[in-house]
Amino acid sequence: MKVYVPRDSAAKALGADAVASAIAYGAEARGIDVTVIRTGSRGMVWLEPLVEVERDGVRHGYGPMTPADVPALLDGTLDGLGPVEEIPFFARQTRLTFARCGVIDPLDLDAYAAHGGLVGLRRAIAMTGQQIVDEVKDSGLRGRGGAGFPTGIKWQTVHDAPADQKYIVCNADEGDSGTFADRMIMEGDPFTLIEGMAIAGLAVGATRGYVYLRSEYPDAITVMQEALRIGRARGLLGADVLGSGRAFDMEIRVGAGAYVCGEETSLLNSMEGKRGVVRAKPPLPAIEGFLGRPTVVNNVISLATVPVIFERGAQHYADFGLGRSRGTMPVQIAGNVKRGGLFETAFGLPLGELVEDVAGGTASGRPVKAVQVGGPLGAYMPPETFETPFAYEEFDGQGGLIGHAGVVVFDDTADMLQMARFAMEFCAVESCGKCTPCRIGAVRGVETIDRIAEGDAAAKDLLVDLCDTMTDGSLCALGGLTPYPVLSAMRNYPEDFARSKEAAE
Amino acid sequence: MSDAALTETMAEIFARHRGREGPMLPILHSVMEAFGHIPEAAVPLIADDLNIGRAEVHGVISFYHDFRKEPVGRHVLKICRAEACQAVGGAALSQAVLDKLGLDWGGTTPDGRVTVEPVYCLGLCACGPAAMVDDRVIGRADETTIEEALA
Repeated sequence: MKVYVPRDSAAKALGADAVASAIAYGAEARGIDVTVIRTGSRGMVWLEPLVEVERDGVRHGYGPMTPADVPALLDGTLDGLGPVEEIPFFARQTRLTFARCGVIDPLDLDAYAAHGGLVGLRRAIAMTGQQIVDEVKDSGLRGRGGAGFPTGIKWQTVHDAPADQKYIVCNADEGDSGTFADRMIMEGDPFTLIEGMAIAGLAVGATRGYVYLRSEYPDAITVMQEALRIGRARGLLGADVLGSGRAFDMEIRVGAGAYVCGEETSLLNSMEGKRGVVRAKPPLPAIEGFLGRPTVVNNVISLATVPVIFERGAQHYADFGLGRSRGTMPVQIAGNVKRGGLFETAFGLPLGELVEDVAGGTASGRPVKAVQVGGPLGAYMPPETFETPFAYEEFDGQGGLIGHAGVVVFDDTADMLQMARFAMEFCAVESCGKCTPCRIGAVRGVETIDRIAEGDAAAKDLLVDLCDTMTDGSLCALGGLTPYPVLSAMRNYPEDFARSKEAAE
Repeated sequence: MSDAALTETMAEIFARHRGREGPMLPILHSVMEAFGHIPEAAVPLIADDLNIGRAEVHGVISFYHDFRKEPVGRHVLKICRAEACQAVGGAALSQAVLDKLGLDWGGTTPDGRVTVEPVYCLGLCACGPAAMVDDRVIGRADETTIEEALA
């Protein structure tokens, strides 16, 4: 009997390790032959720990499991969820980037290859750098970290830049609240990231890669490091990548708890061993990046999507999506929701469908008040905007952004003035301090919102003015986009900002 | 700890990271792992090894939340303060835990058992409120599960 138990940290946080030991212990006590395979997560976090039992080649789900459910599971008397891939939340998805996540043991390279892994890299090895870059351009892939810059154009710049050493840097500093796609893929299918980085290396002529991985993800660090060791031992990395005669090797660099290091130039400074302050652009990292050399800096999901593009072809990938948003996006549904988790889907699904149908509304059962999309720098969107299709330009048109595609749902108990205050407070804590609008503006922002809370209505205009200064004058997205949640909260929920002096006293 | 022991450990750490491109953060992480904090006496040694000024080393240490100049409790409890956890009662949980321990953010209990720190996202946003005790993650955390993890 084959039993699959996730080792993803969300599953572990909900007790997966205890369930896995109970299964091993129970099987031994009963004298039955059970193989426990630890996988990544399918992304249905409300069902975690989600245990799967394979029967006649079909995996049946049981969850959320507790150790107390294990005897019934082993006796075959436990009520299950049916075939996992027929659970509506899963069946509705288009899994390209996350095709293997939750299916295989993340550190089993043979299982990886048996499920389509390495096909893309082998194809890329037979291509020239320019052909690889063109394939990425044709796929329409855009940066999944938030900015949405076309990945192929970035690669082209690095490809064309002459240098004796170039680098591929993976931005795994996934600090946005409500996002966990990077963590899930690193914990659940690390070889896809390694393969994507190797393809990027072949494309632009870079022989060294780094993954800048946040320290808040100890499980992801462990899995990635082990995957690198296996990749090196099996010839996926090293002086002769899969017998191609070309070199690519990589290293994990652990961050140190600074949110701003998710900004690419501050990330590069941090990797160089400096304070993680933002660099002014130009020069672009593609021209002068890590140690002043041409560097591709891509998000985890951008790089982890590259293998499937080469496995199935650019056109296959580009056939999904809406407008200029091609392919799929792993949407992460979080906060106060009935069914939270990772939902990979083609661009274009309306926001409301994600919140109401896919996620089933709030966990508290109360009405949805606000949805923050794109992390702490994303706008708070009210239910009136739920028609907005999930795509880059469409969200931009609503004064929002999709960012790294985190969707955080709040019910009607949320106080939007407090959320706006938190956005400023967070910016003040995490500001790198290089530019004044962000460093000072965020502190003044907290004070100004406190004045509004005390009933000083005149402070509202001041807040708008301050936000304009931060938007126009900040060097990077932290100071530049903090006004998004602040102003959207004030615009969409004026009642929360209309505090009378008496009420405050 | 004697100066000699510190110097010896530091020399071993420097050797481990020799030849890395941008060795500063890996070195500081190793120091944290070895000592639980970054002893003041380690700063000039790092500066010497990397051939930079002490002020520069201090600047890097003070920039990052993870690097501490002072020892912390035997357990480090991190509670997520970010938006997704706030949407499911994270702020109330933090307050209750801090009150119970009689601490403010960053504080350590007098018996040296636990230090409480804020964290901005553990990537457990679909099962918040989230917390972490040392390297162990807790989803749908409440006062009881946090207390159990600290026991």
